[in-house]
Amino acid sequence: MKAEYVNPFLNGTVNVLKTMAFVDPKPGKPYVKQDKKAVGDISGVIGLTGSTKGAVVVSFSRECAMKVVSSMMGEQYTDLTDEVRDAVGEITNMVSGDARRSLAELGANFEAGIPTVVVGKGHEITSMGKGPCLAIPFKVDNFDMTVEISFE
Amino acid sequence: MPADTNMKILIVDDFATMRKIVRNQLGQLGFKNLDEADDGATALPKVMSGGVDFIVADWNMPKMSGLDLLKAVRADENTKNIPFLMVTAEALKENIIAAIQAGVSDYVVKPFTAQVLEEKINKIFK
Repeated sequence: MKAEYVNPFLNGTVNVLKTMAFVDPKPGKPYVKQDKKAVGDISGVIGLTGSTKGAVVVSFSRECAMKVVSSMMGEQYTDLTDEVRDAVGEITNMVSGDARRSLAELGANFEAGIPTVVVGKGHEITSMGKGPCLAIPFKVDNFDMTVEISFE
Repeated sequence: MPADTNMKILIVDDFATMRKIVRNQLGQLGFKNLDEADDGATALPKVMSGGVDFIVADWNMPKMSGLDLLKAVRADENTKNIPFLMVTAEALKENIIAAIQAGVSDYVVKPFTAQVLEEKINKIFK
């Protein structure tokens, strides 16, 4: 995977969550992930096609998802309801769109599919491609979320 | 002249979240006469039955996309002048050109704030 593919997703995540959910995610050090097990309890997944095949996963811990979605929607959520799932899908969609805009400026054009949302501790993301998976961890207040990107 | 806050605005998006966010933002801007549809195919009959003053529609929707909805609205004598704001997750040049050619009033790229939405509305209704 090209190193220049990382920043568009990192910056896209910060931009989307700052603008839509009024929170300030702090990125940690990216790392290579060996398995397909999601880091969080709820994940939005979007497949990418174009310059190469890939996927982006936005995975939240339960607490982080509720914090971000409550802030974004202006009402308090205490469970991973259908509305929280829908919101995680839309966040994933926006992160992917924001990143694709930046990638297009680098000459890499991608089209995105419709996001799907998976819930449950230790769930597997089977749609991740064959390529290596890079995980970018974020802290939102004290809560964890991770953006994973994979390109063939 | 600022936009009439009593005008009927139709919000079209397949994601309930996004409809709610746009609804909240329009509410913050003083617009109260809001209706929703979950894609172009559900929106079109609402537009054709009359009374819709402004359409805010997502680009990427199943069944009938925002672009196809725009084309259908512009093709009908009774609805062709309804202002239409397209919401997109990306700002691909070819998409923007296609939307302009189809007669879009303006477009806004996600993520966006209520202020950005207000600027777009003011520009459309000036």
